[in-house]
Amino acid sequence: MSKVEVRAIDAQGNRITDRFALLKKHKRAGLVAFVTANDPTPGVFMDILEGLPSAGADLIEIGIPFSDPMADGPSIQLSSQRSLKHGTKIDDVLEAVSEFRRSELATPIILMGYYNPIYHYGDQEFAEAAAKAGVDGVIIVDLPPEEAEELNVHLRANGIAMIFLAAPTSSDERLPTILNNASGFVYYVAIAGITGTATADVAAVETAMARMRRHTDLPVVVGFGIKTPEQARAISRHCDAAVVGSAIVDVIAQGLNADGKPDPTLSTKVLEFVKTLATGVHGAWP
Amino acid sequence: MALADSLNTYRGGADENGHFGLFGGRYVAETLMPLILEVEQAYNACLKDPKFAAELKHLNTHYAGRPSPLYFAERLTEHFGGAKLYFKRDELNHTGSHKINNCLGQILVARRMGKKRIIAETGAGQHGVATATVCARFGLQCVIYMGAKDIERQKPNVFRMRLLGAEVRAVEKGTATLKDAMNEALRDWVANVDDTYYLIGTAAGPHPYPTMVRDFQSVIGEELRTQMQEAEGRLPDSLIAAVGGGSNAIGLFFPFLDDVGVKMFGVEAAGRGLKTGEHAASIAGGAPGVLHGNRTYLLQDEGGQIKDAHSISAGLDYPGIGPEHAWLYFQGRVEYVSATDNEALDAFQLCSKLEGILPALEPSHALAYVMRAAPKLPEDHLMVMNMCGRGDKDVFTVAEALGAKL
Repeated sequence: MSKVEVRAIDAQGNRITDRFALLKKHKRAGLVAFVTANDPTPGVFMDILEGLPSAGADLIEIGIPFSDPMADGPSIQLSSQRSLKHGTKIDDVLEAVSEFRRSELATPIILMGYYNPIYHYGDQEFAEAAAKAGVDGVIIVDLPPEEAEELNVHLRANGIAMIFLAAPTSSDERLPTILNNASGFVYYVAIAGITGTATADVAAVETAMARMRRHTDLPVVVGFGIKTPEQARAISRHCDAAVVGSAIVDVIAQGLNADGKPDPTLSTKVLEFVKTLATGVHGAWP
Repeated sequence: MALADSLNTYRGGADENGHFGLFGGRYVAETLMPLILEVEQAYNACLKDPKFAAELKHLNTHYAGRPSPLYFAERLTEHFGGAKLYFKRDELNHTGSHKINNCLGQILVARRMGKKRIIAETGAGQHGVATATVCARFGLQCVIYMGAKDIERQKPNVFRMRLLGAEVRAVEKGTATLKDAMNEALRDWVANVDDTYYLIGTAAGPHPYPTMVRDFQSVIGEELRTQMQEAEGRLPDSLIAAVGGGSNAIGLFFPFLDDVGVKMFGVEAAGRGLKTGEHAASIAGGAPGVLHGNRTYLLQDEGGQIKDAHSISAGLDYPGIGPEHAWLYFQGRVEYVSATDNEALDAFQLCSKLEGILPALEPSHALAYVMRAAPKLPEDHLMVMNMCGRGDKDVFTVAEALGAKL
């Protein structure tokens, strides 16, 4: 076994923990960058994905496209549709992760999606294939803790973190139900709403974080409604990392011509935007 | 498909987590979880309150016009020359379909929860009209999500909803039909958690909706039980109902599930034919999956993406089926069959001419199955079909399909 392979296996399941430990050591918040797999094309997506770590993304969330993304706003709905036009399936998403892992072993990869494509693929088959590809965590939007165990047993067996969402509507009585089986980190949904619509309220997030910290020692990542470097900076002051999704996806959408063909500088433009977000987030903590 | 000869009961679901065997559940984003748990709590409190039952019964009688008659379809029976055919006349309800049964029940739940704003999805517009009606009756704000394609083919119902004071929002996304309207309603709910109640129209969605809708629709089967005793002095031999999400069917079936001698048939929409792939038959042409908060049979491709449904009937044009139906199919208690667009159109015309009843395109599918089954059965076979909606809303669609100019 080559040295690189050994490192890859050792890192499995620990990349998330290692990354948050590193952020803590450097005393800074992290940036989680979201992109939908194969959006706008498999080639441009791969360029963006491989450029994200040096653009300053500390963790990467890859969206598995779904025909009926009920928790997503227009930006991510459209990005899913663009991806599905290329016939994107789970195997394609996992292949992109494997490709990414050939050169990048430290940045955690989180897959985010809806349950049906995974259920159809098979819970165990998915967990095994995802682990092999180098996936570190999974967020399934429509799989609350009450329904998650069926998939979670296989994720646990394969060293993949099951990341749960907590929302402004989750009461103190409910938080233990969410957190008891959580691993990796907790994803706090900053707004009651869908992605990319309302703007997250910093004061509300600050209050919510104090509540979350009472319930868990896991890192808390905040997403939904964070669109600009300034907002990312303001939110990051109160949490371990901030997620930006729709705003990145919007840069992709703006770089498409009338026929949906990407402009040749699209990946550069996306990565430039991610750099500004990273600068915002990384300067957030005193 | 039967796993055992018969179970102790087929009426035990859903369990406390909302499961019917492998089906059902609460597959929603965390933001909605506390809301659906709150709906469940409120509904359970209503079940324990005799005042709730009394209030609902009063509205059913004086507002909706229940009980709906049990009608012996004499000329169709003669025409088929087989089974004795009865219609349960739920098309005679206020608003013209069975949808009002559920809306009256849920609006009382919403009122007790103190909600001021009601949202709903609609396909054919019957649920939208029924929701707009109860909102008007109780002075609540009403927003209806409807696929742009359905708005086009159900114009009379759209106007009706507006007359009743509802705002109808066109959904252009996805396939612009019922499933996309449901996606948008869920997105609205998640963004308006404090004041809004989502009044789901079919026996699907996250727990407690499939159970709650079934309970409110079970008035159909309960009345039938009494009426059939009065008419024939015994239970019916077979029950037939159209199935999209399946609310009228489960309402007819549920009170008879433990009467194992009563055969039941759910009729799915086979659209242009099961082999063409252009249909809405989730059991005949789908596989188990998760959508809109429940696990059930769904039309989907090999990558688990939801496929477009097709049916001439907007009310059946949905790629899924209620989870209790999925379970009843799995247990072999109910048989699921299908009828095409053309068969439904034939049944629509036959019923109009022989009985003087214009059936909606949804029960026309049930009647299409009756046309196949009834002639082969003996004269003493008592068959009941749920006439769950009237066909006035469908005259434009039928005219177009038959090439008639209005």
